[in-house]
Amino acid sequence: MIGSKSFHVAGNSHAANSSSQFGVRIMYLVEIVVGNKPQAKDPEGQTIMKDLMHKSGYDCVRDVRTGKLLKVQIEANSEEEAKQKAFDMCNDLRIYNPVAHYCKIEIRGKT
Amino acid sequence: MKIAVIQFPGSNCDLDTLHVLRDVVRVDTDLVWHKDFRGQNYDAAILPGGFSYGDHLRAGIIAAYSPAMASIKKMADENKPILGICNGFQILVESSLLPGALLRNSCLKFVCKWTTLKVETESSAFTQLYKKGQNIRMPIAHNEGRYFVEEETLEELRRNDQVILRYVGENPNGAIDDIAGICNKERNIVGLMPHPERASEIILGSNDGKRMFESMLNWHK
Repeated sequence: MIGSKSFHVAGNSHAANSSSQFGVRIMYLVEIVVGNKPQAKDPEGQTIMKDLMHKSGYDCVRDVRTGKLLKVQIEANSEEEAKQKAFDMCNDLRIYNPVAHYCKIEIRGKT
Repeated sequence: MKIAVIQFPGSNCDLDTLHVLRDVVRVDTDLVWHKDFRGQNYDAAILPGGFSYGDHLRAGIIAAYSPAMASIKKMADENKPILGICNGFQILVESSLLPGALLRNSCLKFVCKWTTLKVETESSAFTQLYKKGQNIRMPIAHNEGRYFVEEETLEELRRNDQVILRYVGENPNGAIDDIAGICNKERNIVGLMPHPERASEIILGSNDGKRMFESMLNWHK
């Protein structure tokens, strides 16, 4: 999951797992999460934890990391193809900056 | 010598930069819409500050995919000087013309203030008229200026003398190693968070930034 070379692609048990039998293209719901690598400090996450959660009595919280969520609908013939398209797009368009970010792709279902 | 100031949707320091180049430094300069930019017509290019494409997704990333940047890459390969100021710096890192990333300020606030900077090297297209170790004053105005690279790349930047400016005293954004500006290995591409165009006339509080543009005119003369 961390870094540019080890992209994490996780499937969802509720998602479609086979190609369309008749070649009908399906719309997949894909979530792309971009966050700072552990080496890059996350001051927003630290502020949320210390100044909101801890001050409000939620001492049980040990760490907060923020990120960006892109919910993308991708047309593809199979879940694997949708994942691959999202993966290629994230790298091609630098949806994340590999110097500072990790990127995680998950299939959340289909429409 | 002819300079281009490239205008993206959301650029807002373009006219200041144009004014300084034309009226203070007195060099032939065009303000060019990014889609109309042709690098072969210019000897140097400046990517000004602002909020190109509203900083959507990440500051600088959408402008990095403008056809203008392919032309900028070609100019850089021909050793022409390229300067990225603030959002221009963000565009240069997102285009991979400079290493690293510019993350949200540690203080989580937009910071707009004067800073003192140390010139770390005279060896770049935009610092050759300064003295190494000299302190200069320029303002910053940004929300994502926390320069970040991993340790290995940081060592490489230090080894290659690619850090051109460091913040002196307070580090306003949490940048790693107090870095305010860097150059590429070939030393013709420079990116920095401070605004030299806002510090090029005494009436504005400092003219320390003017030499940055004058250095560009002397590159490889």
